[in-house]
Amino acid sequence: MTTVFDLSLLAFEPPGWGKVLLVGFLRSIELAAGGYLLGILIGIFGATGKLYGNKVVRDLLEIYTMVIRAVPELVLMLLFYYVGTDLLSRASTAMGFGSVNIDGLTAGILVIGLVQGGYATEVIRGAILAIPRGQIEAAHAFGMPPSKVLRRVTLPAMTPHALPGMANLWMIATKDTALLAVIGFSELTLVTRQAAGATQSYIMFFLAAGVLYLALTLVSNLALRRFERYARRGLVSAR
Amino acid sequence: MSEPHSLASLVRPSRTSPITKLSGLLEPHRLILLALFIAGLVAAILLMDWSWLPRYLPKLWEGLQMTLIMLFSSVVVGFLFALPLGLAQVSGVWPLRWLATGFCTVIRGTPLLLQLWLFYFGLGALFGQFPEIRDSWAWDYLRQAWPYGFIALTVSFAAYQGEIMRGAFAGVPHGELEAAEAFGMSRIKVFTRVWFPRALHRALPTLTGEIILQLKSTPLVATITVMDLYAVITQVRQTTYLTYEPLLFLVAVYLCLSGILIVGLRWLENRVPH
Repeated sequence: MTTVFDLSLLAFEPPGWGKVLLVGFLRSIELAAGGYLLGILIGIFGATGKLYGNKVVRDLLEIYTMVIRAVPELVLMLLFYYVGTDLLSRASTAMGFGSVNIDGLTAGILVIGLVQGGYATEVIRGAILAIPRGQIEAAHAFGMPPSKVLRRVTLPAMTPHALPGMANLWMIATKDTALLAVIGFSELTLVTRQAAGATQSYIMFFLAAGVLYLALTLVSNLALRRFERYARRGLVSAR
Repeated sequence: MSEPHSLASLVRPSRTSPITKLSGLLEPHRLILLALFIAGLVAAILLMDWSWLPRYLPKLWEGLQMTLIMLFSSVVVGFLFALPLGLAQVSGVWPLRWLATGFCTVIRGTPLLLQLWLFYFGLGALFGQFPEIRDSWAWDYLRQAWPYGFIALTVSFAAYQGEIMRGAFAGVPHGELEAAEAFGMSRIKVFTRVWFPRALHRALPTLTGEIILQLKSTPLVATITVMDLYAVITQVRQTTYLTYEPLLFLVAVYLCLSGILIVGLRWLENRVPH
């Protein structure tokens, strides 16, 4: 049984795998953060398109969110990964740049971001709908152009309403990065499996990775709760 | 993790969603979109390589059955575990409450893929080291992959649903419980007649979303060699070297599955009196 928990394997320096795990962990955080930010961006465009766009835009966005919500993330990621890299390399060959190699981080962020965007669209749409109409009408009445209304009124006013949902999405983003292991990104889950396979102590390494994920979840939960309290200042508490 | 309900409500399409109404399809811009879609579909059928499909249909059918078995067995068993988990978090004595809360936090805070690999690679290898287990009847099951997939999916569903049941138990108005007590009901009767049915009723609307989320988790079992729908498609991709066709087929099948589940569960839900 001593072989199952040989903690020296977790040492930072090369005979141990600690450094490899931490690098993978940082990469997971990078992927999650990048994908999350891209998701927010897509969500803002998607939500405004769904609320204020013309009929065609609205229907196309409806199809986008429907597909994202109905198809497993793993399948979506594979599809986005292959379609995305294929289209990009075809486009660059057609434009005469020769074939390009998209590095793993960018591809992973794109893939996570596209999935997150579908959920973020719904969260932000709901949050914008929760803003009292008068506030947006007042901004229009002051003669602000639509982009300024969005920047000065709609986005700040919807933030507290969107935060619970967006906090959930961050948790999903951190856990979704693990799925990239199946496509072959060397993030925490995949390097853990490699380390475990090389040393044959599967349980210890998977538990160690679990502790890292859990720490990330708990720390971000605390931070998000604090941010939510800050964003809700001045609002009458709902419950 | 602040609001477990909101995620399920995301998955569940809003009832007023314009596309779900059939009559809404007759608007001119939708007719054009529909025509474009059909044109794309015809082009996909004609221009892409579907020669693998007839050969793999029996395997795909088996894979679909495996996906559905994994989904429904883990939902049913997971739900049975979710009830005590939710109840323990609301009213249990402190060691039980801490255990239940800790279990839900840990499972919900780590990726399902990691849990699955921990069970399959970790526990699977560990079990193999004990001759007592190797010689027992259980080894026939434990050396296969599907029990680990089933356990991981069940544990995950129990944790997410347990969190929802916690909210549902806690959300039953206190006055109703007090009224039941005032009628002289015993604690067990208060639970079986009032608290539990009311909590279940509150939790029911989120169940559709949770089941869809669970459907979307099932392809992960393919990574531990369970031959579900996704695993069959992976096999097709490896033997035919096709990239798009199998994946697009898979997307279409999952869209249909989700659609059927949503319609079916909504029908069931409407039969429950409000």
